[in-house]
Amino acid sequence: MTRVALYIELFTINNFLSINSFYTRLKMIKGIFKKSVLACTLVMLSFTSLLAQNAKSSNAAAFKTSIQKGEILYKQYCLTCHQADGYGVPNMNPPLIKTNYVTGDKKKLIAWVLKGSGTTKLNIGGKTYQNKMAPQKNLKDEEVANILTFIRNAFGNKGTRVTIDDVKAFRAVNK
Amino acid sequence: MLIMLISGIQLLMPSPLHAQTKKVIADKNNAGLKLPPGFAALVVANNVNGARHLAVTKQGKIYVKLSGPDKNKNAIMLLTDANGDGKADSRKGFFQYGGTGIAIKNGYLYASSNEEVFRYKLDANGHIINMAKPEKIITGLKVGGEHESKSIALDNNGNIYVNVGAYSNSCQTEDRAKGSMGINPCPVLDSAGGIWMFKAAKLNQHNADGKRYATGLRNVVGLDWNTKTNTLFVMQHGRDQLHDIFPDMYTTQQSADLPAECMYELHEGSNCGWPYNYYDPYQKKNILSPEYGGDGKKEGDPKVQNPVMAFPAHLAPNGLLFYRGTMFPEKYWNGAFIAFHGSWNRAPEPQKGAFVAFVPFKNGKPSGDWEIFADDFAGDGGYTSPGKAKHRPCGLAQGPDGSLYVTDDQGGTVYRIVYNK
Repeated sequence: MTRVALYIELFTINNFLSINSFYTRLKMIKGIFKKSVLACTLVMLSFTSLLAQNAKSSNAAAFKTSIQKGEILYKQYCLTCHQADGYGVPNMNPPLIKTNYVTGDKKKLIAWVLKGSGTTKLNIGGKTYQNKMAPQKNLKDEEVANILTFIRNAFGNKGTRVTIDDVKAFRAVNK
Repeated sequence: MLIMLISGIQLLMPSPLHAQTKKVIADKNNAGLKLPPGFAALVVANNVNGARHLAVTKQGKIYVKLSGPDKNKNAIMLLTDANGDGKADSRKGFFQYGGTGIAIKNGYLYASSNEEVFRYKLDANGHIINMAKPEKIITGLKVGGEHESKSIALDNNGNIYVNVGAYSNSCQTEDRAKGSMGINPCPVLDSAGGIWMFKAAKLNQHNADGKRYATGLRNVVGLDWNTKTNTLFVMQHGRDQLHDIFPDMYTTQQSADLPAECMYELHEGSNCGWPYNYYDPYQKKNILSPEYGGDGKKEGDPKVQNPVMAFPAHLAPNGLLFYRGTMFPEKYWNGAFIAFHGSWNRAPEPQKGAFVAFVPFKNGKPSGDWEIFADDFAGDGGYTSPGKAKHRPCGLAQGPDGSLYVTDDQGGTVYRIVYNK
C-alpha cells in the first residue's frame, strides 16, 4: 500500500511535475520563440537599417563621387570665367558663391547650363554681370549633373545633389 | 597721424589758387603702391565707388566718371582739394548715367553713358555752369550687351572719338560657345567694333551723323589723342578663350598668352583685324582666327594694321595717357602711361596686370620697351581671382602740375602720383 500509494503519489507528482514541466517548457518555448521573434525582428531591423545605412553610405559615396567628378569637369569647362574660387569676375562673369541661383532650384540651374544666359543679365547682390554664357548643351547628362553637384557643394556652398535623372527630366521637356 | 604726415614725403607744389597750404603730402606708404625711385603717391579720395575714367581741370578740380550711379543717383563725382594738400576735402555728385568716358576740352566737360555723350560748359574756375542741363552731343550709340562702355577722346580740330565696343567676343554664330564658327562677314562691325568720329560741338548727333573712323577693334577702353603726332592712339582688349572655344588647337597656356593686348596708332580707315585676325606677340604676326579657318599659324589679312606695341595677353588696358607734363623726369616726357585693369582670362594660369605701365616715346614712336611704372594695386603678391584684387587701375589723367592721377574701379580709390625732385 505504502508502495502503491507512494508509487501513485510519485506518479502523480511525476505527472504533475511533467505537466508542470510541460507548461514550463511551453512557456520557455514561448519565451524562446518570443525572444527569437524579437531577436529575428531585431536582426531583421538591424539588417534593414544596415541596408538603409548601406544605401545611405552608397548615396553619400555617389554624392561624393559626383562632387569629385564635377570638380574635374569644372576646371575644364567653367573655371576660366567663374574662376578657381567661384568668385567670377566683377562686372563680367557672375559669382557662384552666396547666390540662390546656384544653391536654389535645380531646374533653373540646369537651365542656365543647357540654355545659356541668352540676353539675361544677372543681378546678384546689386551688381550686374555683362558677359554672355553660351549654352553648354554638348555636355552629357552625367557631366551636367556632376558639375552642378560640385558647384552646389564647393566654395562654401551647401546644396542637394543634382542627379542624371534631374538633367534627363529637364532635357525631356526642354528640347 | 602727425608723425605720418611729417615722415611722408613733402613736396613743394605751387598752387596759385590755394594760398593756405601749398604742399602735396605723399602717403607714408605711397598709398600701397610700388613706384620707381623718386616717385611718391597719395590717396586723393576713397570710396569713389566704380571710379572709371577721370579728368582734371587746369585748376586741379577732379571729375570722376562712375560705372553706375551712387546711392544719391549721381554718376560723376567732383573732388575738390581746397587746402592744396592733395587730399580731396569735398565732393559733389551729379549726372545720372553710369559709364566710363569723361574728358575736358575747350572749356567743356564731356561725359558718356553707355549710349550717349553729353557736355557741360565750365567756368573760369573749372566749375560746371549749369549742372542740371548738360547738352546732348551724341545719342543712340550701339549697346549690345557686352563691351558697352563708351570711352571718349577729343582732337584739336573739333572732333570727338567714341569707342563702340563689339557686342561679342569673336563674332561666333553662338558667342563664346565651344567650336562655334565666325559669321562672315561679321555683322557686328556695321555698328560696333570700332571708333566713331563725331563733331565735338554739334548737338544730337546719331550714328549716321558720325563716321566709322577705324574698324576691327574688339573693344577699346583706353584711348588718347597724341598732340605730338596729331593721331589717335588706342589700346585694344584682345579676344578671350582660345582654348575654351578650340581646345584641340590651343592649350590653356597658349590661351593665357594669346593674343597680345595691342596699342594702335589710328588713321581714318584703319582696320585692326577683329574678328578675322588676332595678333600673336610670339610670331609677331596677325594670325587668322580659328573661327575663320585659322589653325594658330595661318597668317591673317596682310592689309590689317600692325600694332605700335604688343603687351601680354588679357591684361585689360583700360586707360591710356600721353604725358604732356614736365614734373616727371625727361624719360617720361611725351611717353604713354597705360592703366592695366588686370586679367581674368588667363585662368587657370596665374593672373597678371593691375598695374600702370609706361612706354617711352620719341618722335611719335615707342623708343624702348614697356615697363611697369606703378604696381601692387591688387595687394602684395598680386591676385589669383580678379574679385579678390584690392584695387584695379582703370583711368588716367594728368594734373596741372604734372601729377599723374589713377582711378581704381574695384576699391574706389583715386590716387595721385608725384615726383620728388
